[in-house]
Amino acid sequence: MFIQRFLHSTGRYVELMGRTFRKPESWRMFGKQYLKEMAQLGTDSIGIVLLISFFIGAVICIQIKLNIQSAWMPLWVSGYVTREIMLLEFSSSIMCLILSGKVGSNIASELGTMRTTQQIDALEIMGVNSASFLILPKILGLVTMIPLLVIFSTVSGVIGAYATAWVGHIITATDLTAGMQHDFVPWFFWMGAIKSLFFAFIIASVSSFFGYTVEGGSIDVGKASTNAVVSSSMLILFSDLFLTNILS
Amino acid sequence: MIELKHLYKSFEDKDVLKDINTTFDNGKTNLIIGQSGSGKTVLMKCVVGLFEPTSGEVLYDGRDFVGMKKKERTLLRREMGMIFQSAALFDSMSVLENVMFPLDMFSDDSYKERRRRAEYCLDRVNLLEAENKFPDEISGGMQKRVAIARAISMNPRYLFCDEPNSGLDPRTSLVIDELIHGITKEFGMTTIINTHDMNSVMGIGEHILYINQGVTAWEGTKNEVVGSGNQSLLDFVFASDIFRKAVISQE
Repeated sequence: MFIQRFLHSTGRYVELMGRTFRKPESWRMFGKQYLKEMAQLGTDSIGIVLLISFFIGAVICIQIKLNIQSAWMPLWVSGYVTREIMLLEFSSSIMCLILSGKVGSNIASELGTMRTTQQIDALEIMGVNSASFLILPKILGLVTMIPLLVIFSTVSGVIGAYATAWVGHIITATDLTAGMQHDFVPWFFWMGAIKSLFFAFIIASVSSFFGYTVEGGSIDVGKASTNAVVSSSMLILFSDLFLTNILS
Repeated sequence: MIELKHLYKSFEDKDVLKDINTTFDNGKTNLIIGQSGSGKTVLMKCVVGLFEPTSGEVLYDGRDFVGMKKKERTLLRREMGMIFQSAALFDSMSVLENVMFPLDMFSDDSYKERRRRAEYCLDRVNLLEAENKFPDEISGGMQKRVAIARAISMNPRYLFCDEPNSGLDPRTSLVIDELIHGITKEFGMTTIINTHDMNSVMGIGEHILYINQGVTAWEGTKNEVVGSGNQSLLDFVFASDIFRKAVISQE
């Protein structure tokens, strides 16, 4: 029963993506929607990304310095570990998990409400490919913005780590800088960016699927929103496992 | 002109529409009436293509909509306008943007021309002053009028209205009815209205299709309702005694 339902949903998802990735009927309207989605899904998320990353960067640095570092470890370890955690996992995978909550529920509830209030039917009646018009700009908008969010997150995390040196005096800025610069592998940055592109696609497409296919009323929109967040989070975790294995 | 030929629609084991045959003429307000659950919304959705009929034909001026390829169907849909029960305005857009939307999507005209056309449509429904407002800032009646303006912005040949008077007071309902009737005559459209409103039936019903339990139970004009002899229709139309007495005394 579960397998049958899973296959049914997967089939409907693939079918929806088939309708989504079509040439837009009007490039003018597509451009407008694309810019709107970049602002709504990307720019509007910068604040939360900066805030969370700043505190996580600071907390990682404090945890490593106070609880992990010992006398036999070099002084740069805290800065080094903070940088690697931010680059390799936090700014890409964990940040996308957080964004799947914010952006995913936003997409699912927006499309779900449009479905229940017949706005999607109205588009169809006008002869508009509603899937392509509504979903494609969301996917492309988020995929465009996510590498920027990853960069903002990494930079904010590093600033958070420096705050523990400048404000908390838990570590010296010199040790932190030495750690941040130690054995830097530029590929790690690209790895995070590449992973985030996949995660952005998962968040936007899976959430759109749940929102677009809502049947019923406001309770069903709420359920779709929850399902969108849970499913995209699970898919991000699974794909993180594979992508990390492939890209490392 | 829209013709329905032997139209059937079933959902799993349940037959909702059974052998519907009728013709909706140009320049007329065609009404589909029937009790809740009689199948009139399903019929409307089959006609506009939101549901696929189980069998039968839907002919738009001789063009078979059911058997059409997707691309042809999309092109035909650009000749349609629809007013939904909930108005279905795009809530992220202003009134003017809502009316301009079909033009922005499909018209090659310049912005100035598109805007002029949208303003003409808004003026036609007396809502030019509300062009910068958003749907949640205007009343239900005004939303319906915006929906009418949006529906006619592309000069459609076919206009569909799903319960256009639902949730409106009698006076506003009358305004909406007169507007739809006037636009139908002005543009020579084929208009199909799905309604529960008996004032609409007796006011603008030039062709009435009464559906009962998924079958055509009666067909005629508003003037033929009283003398139809169809008890089921009379019970439905004259459910209110006050309305029955008023109509009979008028007759």
